[in-house]
Amino acid sequence: MNLKPETLRKIDEVITHYPVKRSAALPLLHFVQEDQGYISSEAIEWIAARLEIQPINVYELVTFYPMFRQQPIGRRHVKVCRTLSCAIMGAYRTCAEFQRQFATGLGEVSPGGEVTVEFVECLASCGTAPVVMIDDELHLRVDVAKARELSEKIKSESRAPAGAR
Amino acid sequence: MPAPEQHRLIFRHIDERGYTNDIACYQRNGGYQVLRKAVLRKPEELMDEVKKSGLRGRGGAGFSCGVKWSLVDRKSGKPIYLVVNADESEPGTFKDRYIIYQDPHQLIEGIMITCFANRVERAFIYIRGEFPDGARILERAIAEARSAGFAGPNILGTGYGCEIYVHRGAGAYICGEETGLIESLEGKRPYPRIKPPYFPAVLGLYMCPTIVNNVETLCHVKHVADMGGEAYSRIGTPGNTGTRILCVSGHVQRPGYYEFEVGKVTMGQLLNEVCGGPLPGRRFKAVIPGGSSAKVLRFGERYKGKRKAGAETVEYDWGVEDIPMDFDSLAMIGSMGGSGGVIVMDDSVSMVEALGNINAFYSHESCGQCTPCREGSLWMKKITARMVHGEARPEDGALLKSVADQIAGRTICAFGEACAWPTQSFIAKFGDEFKGYGEAKKAPRPDGVPELV
Repeated sequence: MNLKPETLRKIDEVITHYPVKRSAALPLLHFVQEDQGYISSEAIEWIAARLEIQPINVYELVTFYPMFRQQPIGRRHVKVCRTLSCAIMGAYRTCAEFQRQFATGLGEVSPGGEVTVEFVECLASCGTAPVVMIDDELHLRVDVAKARELSEKIKSESRAPAGAR
Repeated sequence: MPAPEQHRLIFRHIDERGYTNDIACYQRNGGYQVLRKAVLRKPEELMDEVKKSGLRGRGGAGFSCGVKWSLVDRKSGKPIYLVVNADESEPGTFKDRYIIYQDPHQLIEGIMITCFANRVERAFIYIRGEFPDGARILERAIAEARSAGFAGPNILGTGYGCEIYVHRGAGAYICGEETGLIESLEGKRPYPRIKPPYFPAVLGLYMCPTIVNNVETLCHVKHVADMGGEAYSRIGTPGNTGTRILCVSGHVQRPGYYEFEVGKVTMGQLLNEVCGGPLPGRRFKAVIPGGSSAKVLRFGERYKGKRKAGAETVEYDWGVEDIPMDFDSLAMIGSMGGSGGVIVMDDSVSMVEALGNINAFYSHESCGQCTPCREGSLWMKKITARMVHGEARPEDGALLKSVADQIAGRTICAFGEACAWPTQSFIAKFGDEFKGYGEAKKAPRPDGVPELV
């Protein structure tokens, strides 16, 4: 495992928060996924060893919790809320527009690796429906026009040289 | 009758111009003064204030906070934990988000008063994974509170110490269920525990006595400690004290969050005046009053019966618009106040499709531990999805109901009810729409009506 020093520091720190090491499993999975982009089988083994539990105890978390993934995704992660309040305000159209913009299916990596578009369940911002999270940032009232705008922004950012982003 | 004014206790500073989420701003606005006074009192006195306040949990069940605290096993000699439920996962609910993002120190002050009152030395805030910035804001706020002596070792020179840690979830609805949340915090799959024997107050986190309280509830504790239980209990209505944040989403002119004294505003006042009524050219059709698992109410139906008003018993005959937005009234008419998430649907919405959307949610979120829930939620999703995308038969409503009826009451946790109630209530109230859906969907879809499934 080739984790960044900052990730290792966070891991060492977070384990001290709990009287039982196993409790740190979710935080470790988050840190490793933020560092590596996804949870590999090597990562599962590494986390299990670090917490002195069996790999199956980590694997069963990765397969249960929706936010963990076992393969890489696109450079940007577009999560469209699918649940009732967003749906009745047009979330399915919003999601379709993102898919159209990046010529991609749900949960796939778009051609060129730019994005992964996903439907997710309630993001707890129902009063500003439909809502979309792009990476860690929440966007409110994303109708089709705004989805197009956000897609354009993602495209222009990915065309810019890395240093300018 | 015109709607009463909002009573902003918890949301006093939400969206206030110039109000920031750092400790300096909080203290400029009187922050941590209540904690300063609280630590000079006996913990038992604070517990007594909460009992007297009549405060009921704001997460969903509406259980008495004072009673919850009084059930904690204090004789075992084991440490007592506080777990803050910041999972806010019930669809339609979006109140805790604003507390966490805009006024995190109010929550931390409530947590510290609760910890001091219950002799808790370690508290965890379990925050949903979808609030990454919220987790960072809370971590920064805790660090600020710690360096100012409001958290950590030796709080305000009293010799009493308590640490607060933030723990991020990872997208699972079931983690809002308190025993599932505890399992998750222990680093496991969040399979809810069976009660008895695993009441958190006795056998909670690490098999130690544990208090699990919602974010909004803990903010109320601060105000109870501030004004005293007696004074707090005079806000709201008897048995439904204090204020409550109502989150309104869906088909109204002004969706959003509104804080009222509990029971002082009716559904009609809330939706028609406060939220500006239906969208142009539309009429209200249905409303889910307390998060998506609460039973749906149909506009036009009447609720009749007898209720207690003070010492007397009086008859009531209400339309949806007349229902006071409190725990007991909503329970009395067969639904619930739940988490305060009010989802409004107008006459453009097909109830079959709306239920299909809800069923997809519960099927995705069932933890899979109990067979009736795992299989039943999946079948309800499959049947409604088939009705929408394939063939819809007149008898499908009865079939759906028979599945739902076999879930509720047969599972370890309340998810069984949560996933059955939408189906049961949609079929009971809109049965004709389910019977006629196969015919109705042959007509071309009106322009602008969105897909839901």
